[in-house]
Amino acid sequence: MSAIASYNFGYLDEQTKRMIRRAILKAIAIPGYQVPLASREMPMPYGWGTGGGRGPAAIIGPADVLKGIDQGADDTPNAGSIPPFFAKVARVETTTRTADATIIQTRHRVPEEKLRAGQVLVYQVPIPEPLRFLEPRETETRKMHALEEYGLMHVKLYEDIARHGEIATTYAYPVKVAGRYVMDPSPTPKFDNPKMHRSDALQLFGAGREKRIYAVPPHTDVVSLDFEDHPFEVQHFSEPCALCGAEGVYLDEVVLDDRGGHMFVCSDTDHCETRRADGHVGALGTSPMESADV
Amino acid sequence: MSDEALLRVNGLGKSYGSRIGCTDVGFELWPGEVLAIVGESGSGKTTLLNCLSTALDPTRGRAEYRMRDGAFRNLYDLGEAERRFLMRTDWGFVHQNPADGLRMTVSAGANVGERLMAVGERHYGRIRATALDWLTRVEIATDRIDDQPRAFSGGMRQRLQIARNLVTNPRLVFMDEPTGGLDVSVQARLLDLLRGLVADLGLAVIIVTHDLAVARLLSHRMMVMKEGRVIEAGLTDRVLDDPREPYTQLLVSSILQV
Amino acid sequence: MTDAAISEPGLLRLSLHDVSKTFTMHLRGGVVLPVVGDVSFDVHAGECVVLGGPSGAGKSSILKMAYGNYGADSGAIRFHRGGGDSIDLVTATPRETLELRRATVGYVSQFLRTVPRVSALDVVAEPLLAHGASRGEARTRAGMLLARLNLPERLWSLPPATFSGGEQQRVNIARGFITDHPVLLLDEPTASLDATNRKAVIAMVEEKKRAGIAMLGIFHDDDVRAQVADCIVDVTRFAARAA
Repeated sequence: MSAIASYNFGYLDEQTKRMIRRAILKAIAIPGYQVPLASREMPMPYGWGTGGGRGPAAIIGPADVLKGIDQGADDTPNAGSIPPFFAKVARVETTTRTADATIIQTRHRVPEEKLRAGQVLVYQVPIPEPLRFLEPRETETRKMHALEEYGLMHVKLYEDIARHGEIATTYAYPVKVAGRYVMDPSPTPKFDNPKMHRSDALQLFGAGREKRIYAVPPHTDVVSLDFEDHPFEVQHFSEPCALCGAEGVYLDEVVLDDRGGHMFVCSDTDHCETRRADGHVGALGTSPMESADV
Repeated sequence: MSDEALLRVNGLGKSYGSRIGCTDVGFELWPGEVLAIVGESGSGKTTLLNCLSTALDPTRGRAEYRMRDGAFRNLYDLGEAERRFLMRTDWGFVHQNPADGLRMTVSAGANVGERLMAVGERHYGRIRATALDWLTRVEIATDRIDDQPRAFSGGMRQRLQIARNLVTNPRLVFMDEPTGGLDVSVQARLLDLLRGLVADLGLAVIIVTHDLAVARLLSHRMMVMKEGRVIEAGLTDRVLDDPREPYTQLLVSSILQV
Repeated sequence: MTDAAISEPGLLRLSLHDVSKTFTMHLRGGVVLPVVGDVSFDVHAGECVVLGGPSGAGKSSILKMAYGNYGADSGAIRFHRGGGDSIDLVTATPRETLELRRATVGYVSQFLRTVPRVSALDVVAEPLLAHGASRGEARTRAGMLLARLNLPERLWSLPPATFSGGEQQRVNIARGFITDHPVLLLDEPTASLDATNRKAVIAMVEEKKRAGIAMLGIFHDDDVRAQVADCIVDVTRFAARAA
């Protein structure tokens, strides 16, 4: 490291880390409740993962192994820049393998691989308040959470069904945590909601710009809101992953050429690579992507 | 006819420093009774209504309400959660300006269904059916169920507000000049609707109005307010046909004849 | 439904005792107009007591006090409900008065206060609905009464605001006669009616008498009065002395 500046371990100063840890403890004690915290300067602007960033910064230790995910991939901007940043300021190991990580910071996706006890999944959240679009007043939404007045949340779902014949929300689908607080699970596809339910891992949600942290402790109920006659359903894909043949995973559409050629592949790149390494092969065999070299 | 009062008010008053909003108000209200509070601007009638509906905290006095379980509770001792729950289920409040009592950017059906969803109704089909039923009862065409109240006329918005308030079968409804600002024929329609609903549902209503004709049409009992005090009270037809107090006589004689 | 069984004639139903009333006209400098003083008389089941005297003597005021529409200054207006139970309207609470009107005393007023949009049939049916009858039953009975009073059927579904005076009066009468209230107050019920309808009303009054209903009424027409009155109370007896 150059001599111009020496950073504290994990970039943030110890007092700030303490403040954030207190907020995290509070969040864990009240699952789904948005705990306010103070903002601190981070070397990335708002909208680039600061909410997520503060989480790992506060809890990271020398023995931790950090992984970053950005929309499922390991090499797109957030995933590509945040782990190296922590490698510099905390000298921790980084990895792209979900199974090897202890802290995973994610932008809008949950890994396909089941998380185990001892792992922490940190979500980046732009707007933490699930009621915001229907009730713009912060004073009112705070009261609604405090008094468990969530009728308005179902009004939103009702409007969807009235307008589109079904609940049209496909990401950031609201959930009820531990039977009490309604939470925005961050803009992950609703496909991932069931993975949050009774996970063995700790899930933390950080919103940097809005200055909130909330948490779902391990083994906590996370239930997607719905109606009795319009129950919650995840997206179904008609084809398996073109590269590794995986079924029941979230797929991304990849454009292959300018003649409309496309394929559907695992959004979770680590999951796909692991399966291919184990010998699973999909319909398109060896990926033309590897030779195309974007 | 039930014997127990629904609301018992005693010595209620609200002051702003040395200025009196309303003072020394006491009465009892039974299920199915409509009580009109009349007076001119500045009489304190709106202050009284706001105190009774707990929108304002009074300076002194009690208002005991018989909850659904039969117990009497002083409204001003209720916790915030209990108060808000009461407002959503057992009470209604019809505002003079319907936009104050509706969500303007949400469909008519959702406006009517919101309270149901707030108390745990989770079946879309049933919510929608209830909303359709209520729209019919307040004479709004059912094909407007998915339209937003922004697209409704004033009279329609007011009727939607009534439906939104009545969907949870409240026992007590507060109304603040519900026909204010409406055209005469629209007002007639609304008053007739209110009369019918009050009778059919056995609602207790406290209605504030400066229009004595509205009071005559809708209410059984009346309180006349002047400068924060109740100066005369009794059966509506008695107060209007045989007014005792000078101010009441003045009010009654001031009504324009058509 | 009513709180009196069909009673033997002769049972005391309504008694006024030393009832007095004055009007104080504050808008005219507080001038006090005495109306009546020390009014006392009884009405029994099955009889029709008629209040007599010139206009301005206070007949209508007495009737209105008996309904609670005017407030008496002093005295007692007692409704006897059988079994020794009675209630004094002068000291009754508004709630008790409303209950009396619902179950005990009916009123045929001189003028019909019209409500927009409510049909004549529903205006007549309303007191029976308040009694607990179904809408169907109440409307059927209302139709029967309107037919007896010769109100054309095409008018039944219309609001009475545009009816003639005589038509409105017949709606009023039907509304007053539709229930089985043990006491009925009649304020000039035949004033705007032709001979045929006057006869119909007389017949209805006779029927009520046979059913044991106690009636107190004002009848402008000598002929009608002669036929229905069992006893005439001259109201000038109760002229209040001016202060």
